[in-house]
Amino acid sequence: MIGIIDYGSGNIQAIRNIYRGLKIETFIVKGPQDVPLATKLVLPGVGAFDEAIGKLDQSGLRSALDNAVLQNKVPVMGICVGMQIMADSSEEGTLKGLGWIPGSVKCFDINQMNTVPKLPHMGWNDISFSEHRIFDGIDKNIGFYFLHSYFFYADKKKDVIATSCYQNEFDCAINNENIFGFQFHPEKSHANGIRLFKNFSDILQC
Amino acid sequence: MLRSRVIPCLLLQNKGLVKTVNFKDPKYVGDPINAVKIFNEKGVDELIFLDIDASSTDTEPDYALIEKIANECRMPLCYGGGIKSVEQAQKIIKLGAEKVAISSIVFDCSEIIDEMAAVIGRQSVVVVIDIKKNLFGKYEIYTHNGKKKIKQGLDKTLSILEEIGIGELVINSIDCDGEMKGYDTNLADRVRDLVSCPLTILGGASSQENILNLIERYKVIGAAVGSLFVFKGIYKAVLINYLDNNYRDKIFKIAGERKN
Repeated sequence: MIGIIDYGSGNIQAIRNIYRGLKIETFIVKGPQDVPLATKLVLPGVGAFDEAIGKLDQSGLRSALDNAVLQNKVPVMGICVGMQIMADSSEEGTLKGLGWIPGSVKCFDINQMNTVPKLPHMGWNDISFSEHRIFDGIDKNIGFYFLHSYFFYADKKKDVIATSCYQNEFDCAINNENIFGFQFHPEKSHANGIRLFKNFSDILQC
Repeated sequence: MLRSRVIPCLLLQNKGLVKTVNFKDPKYVGDPINAVKIFNEKGVDELIFLDIDASSTDTEPDYALIEKIANECRMPLCYGGGIKSVEQAQKIIKLGAEKVAISSIVFDCSEIIDEMAAVIGRQSVVVVIDIKKNLFGKYEIYTHNGKKKIKQGLDKTLSILEEIGIGELVINSIDCDGEMKGYDTNLADRVRDLVSCPLTILGGASSQENILNLIERYKVIGAAVGSLFVFKGIYKAVLINYLDNNYRDKIFKIAGERKN
């Protein structure tokens, strides 16, 4: 069953509702004892980097998640700040990230922006993606809803499976083996979002 | 390319949806959950809900209703009305809203913006400013559902907000509210020049063409819409509606033609 991680950050109910609509069972992962029950994990997140990673540490889930994701290769999908905390570090905070995919979280450079609005990057934007079954049936022109000022900068470009453009191109989806991260909000992106959650649930092995 | 957002703005009063004219005469237009379901089907860009009584009657946000709305919403949700503390903002985000809109508290204590930003993220802190022209044509700020005039001028307020940094600014014209005679672009021009954050204009949308014109003028803007998306026809029969595909395509094209 898909476990949605509840560490006090992110929109858990919206994700559950989408899976309910797809008739796919989910449960809420509240403590370390719940983690081994999950065949897949969704890691949501909103707010600031330190706030999110701090809450994850307080929840006592971190080592159980490290074990599931890194050792047992359980497929995991990070959303927004849930994706960003998969990096090593962030310009937004001082705490260390999960370090699951090599990279750092950077702020968009407003000095390079000569039009308004500048920050945050808010609204619907199209994306470009390479061939990957996680994007089956996704309309890249409609794209997804974004709401952020910081983005994941992957050290290895082979880990980048989609980019979007806000002033400059930036990495908006990453993947390495069983680990997926999406900067946009699929839980708030209508048909494309629903399809992405469906595709994630269809992945058998990585 | 980032596209402009066309955002139905729904007003709440006593758990029901209402629509006002110049912030007065609220007319009942239906059930909020039902409206969200229809807007889900229409695939709208985003939704704004504003509780018009919460601040003026000094009541807590209706968390049970917010939770129901957020659970139903398959598009981003901004909620405003009666929010005065970081804890309230945090609770609303936890219930599933993406953004929290504040207004009157900003004029009592602008420090709250930074405090909220530290917890819910700066991108989720939205400031709504209600504006009315005085007899001499000067724009003045009001709070508490248009009942309380704020002494601080518009330009000064905007420079303070620009300095602090907010997620989004919603400019709501009291004079245009419910009139359906077009957006106040003079006001929008003035505000756009003074802030760099995402800007959403509310009040006056008269037609889909009017929305398109606003988007053509600013290239990337939030066009919030009240009456036009809840009423139909000259007799203002209640009918929840949204942009048709023709206009959606035109808005798509504006983003496509834009150069960085």
